[in-house]
Amino acid sequence: MSKVKVAILGSGNIGTDLMYKLQRSDVLELTTMIGIDPDSDGLHRAREQGYVTIDSGLNGFLQQPEQADIVFDATSAKAHVRHAKALQEAGKLAIDLTPAAVGDLVVPTVNMQEHLDKGNLNLVTCGGQATIPIVNAIHRIAPVEYAEIVATISSKSAGPGTRANIDEFTETTARGIENIGGAKKGKAIILLNPAEPPILMRDTVYALVGEGQMDEEAIRQSVIDMVASIQSYVPGYRLRTEPIFDGNKITVFLEVEGAGDYLPNYSGNLDIMTAAAVKVAEEVARHRLNQMALGKEDWS
Amino acid sequence: MNVKRDVVITEVALRDGSHAIAHQYTVDQVLRVAKALGEANVPYIEVSHGDGLGGSSLQYGLSHTHEMELIEAAVSVSGNSKIAVLVIPGIGTIKEIKEAANLGVKMARVATHVTEADVSAQHLAVAKNLGLETVGFLMMSHMAPVDTLVNQASLMESYGADTVYIVDSAGALLPHQVAERVRALRHSLSVNVGFHAHNNMSLAMANTLAAIQEGAQRIDGSIRCLGAGAGNTQTEVLVAVLEHMGIVTGIDLYKMMDTAEDIIAPLLKVPQEITRDNLVLGYAGVYSSFLLHAQRASKRFGVDSRDILIELGKHKVVGGQEDMIVDVAAELAQVQAAARI
Repeated sequence: MSKVKVAILGSGNIGTDLMYKLQRSDVLELTTMIGIDPDSDGLHRAREQGYVTIDSGLNGFLQQPEQADIVFDATSAKAHVRHAKALQEAGKLAIDLTPAAVGDLVVPTVNMQEHLDKGNLNLVTCGGQATIPIVNAIHRIAPVEYAEIVATISSKSAGPGTRANIDEFTETTARGIENIGGAKKGKAIILLNPAEPPILMRDTVYALVGEGQMDEEAIRQSVIDMVASIQSYVPGYRLRTEPIFDGNKITVFLEVEGAGDYLPNYSGNLDIMTAAAVKVAEEVARHRLNQMALGKEDWS
Repeated sequence: MNVKRDVVITEVALRDGSHAIAHQYTVDQVLRVAKALGEANVPYIEVSHGDGLGGSSLQYGLSHTHEMELIEAAVSVSGNSKIAVLVIPGIGTIKEIKEAANLGVKMARVATHVTEADVSAQHLAVAKNLGLETVGFLMMSHMAPVDTLVNQASLMESYGADTVYIVDSAGALLPHQVAERVRALRHSLSVNVGFHAHNNMSLAMANTLAAIQEGAQRIDGSIRCLGAGAGNTQTEVLVAVLEHMGIVTGIDLYKMMDTAEDIIAPLLKVPQEITRDNLVLGYAGVYSSFLLHAQRASKRFGVDSRDILIELGKHKVVGGQEDMIVDVAAELAQVQAAARI
């Protein structure tokens, strides 16, 4: 089966973890790693693995744009605003792992089908990837009036970007809970815990459903099904306990353990972002490959 | 009118005290309290949800009245007293700091866990630009060694904090530990040093005096101990004690006593005292606002609330992780059920 060519922009922790995940994909072919520091560990490893490496940033890539049709941006929100424009002009799909939120927000298990033909897709936030599907799983059964999520991550897995602009996390996640999850009103809280050894990412989802709309059994099943479909691309994603029901309130406790590809296991918050990014790209790639196949049939 | 004050006190009953009454303050109550505190010449009065701006949530408890309404009410009657707000980045945002500043708030206190000062940089800078007085508030200070505390406090100073507080959120510090920490910060910082106590081990007053003796310029108190857990240093008592020590607070002692007796006491369903659960908060080193949540979880899962709190201490849970309480209680209930089989 043919594959769609992809490149990674940003050779830091996230970019390097993506590299290992992409090696397992049956529809994506990683060709190129783009960084700005030739001595970075990410570019070293990419070179060892035999990928094309570019150390002059996006401009270097734009000299040889045939290298990829999809570009993962794992740099920073500020840089992505610039990259987004250049990638759009070059006709490349940008999958944005930064909090820039230039493009549409996507969560693979929830709203992917509406976004197969877009030019720029944003992965919301780590907390959003972990919790918005649960909000939506509840919303499918009973309209959610209010949803609130609390993401607790180990201090070690919170990078300088997150720390310097923590409001971006709470605001973007809250927006995703509403626009993607379906809640009438959303709220997000993020907490950093410095305990050693580092804790796994924990997420708690609280949802209030409309009066008289509670259907415990159907909601429980919907949540369990959603967890299973997330596990297909984030194996370390799991419920800590059965959902707890209390009047019209549902509480769901989750835990995310990373796959340990490049990032340590405890940083499930980063793992769920890179895994979701790969999943989004794969869905787009399958869609494109199918269309090409259909196109060929039409011509024959 | 400039009042001479050797130590500047911030009254926290309308913020920290919000925990003790499950965030149920009404506009009318805040009007009465803030007016009386203003008349007693308290320099700063903090008003916010117990978990700071934006704290109203299922995680921490929904506010009865929107905090901005409470802030507006306090500003309208506090006279010479200035209104302060607390914000914990990750819970509250810059948008809310701006909203509070527009309502006439004069001081923003930006709180982080003792090791996470760098998440406060943006909020402190914005508060400063809005012309607010700024405070960096290092919560759960007992959880970090002194040199870490100094590094984190220096970061907050570099972000523009006019004062950095050592916050004993669990009421776990002992007087010599407070003295050591204040001394270290006074030595390393050029801005004010503050101290915020909790009385879970009956040490709020002793710790506060140790802080003042080492040169802390800012102190938090809660009138009638109206704060999370067993409350904070009791403000009216502190004013009396400091008067005997020749330390001027500028606060009118009689008016404070009357406010405590006539206005605050009626707000409390039960008097603030050191119950066994409060004592365990300090003993286990757990965030004081966990109290009511642990008691509710204890009822729901049939587990001793002390076991829940001790277990949370072992997990090194930080402030704000209230969701861990139910999680831990459910786990304990399972373990205990299994042990009975």
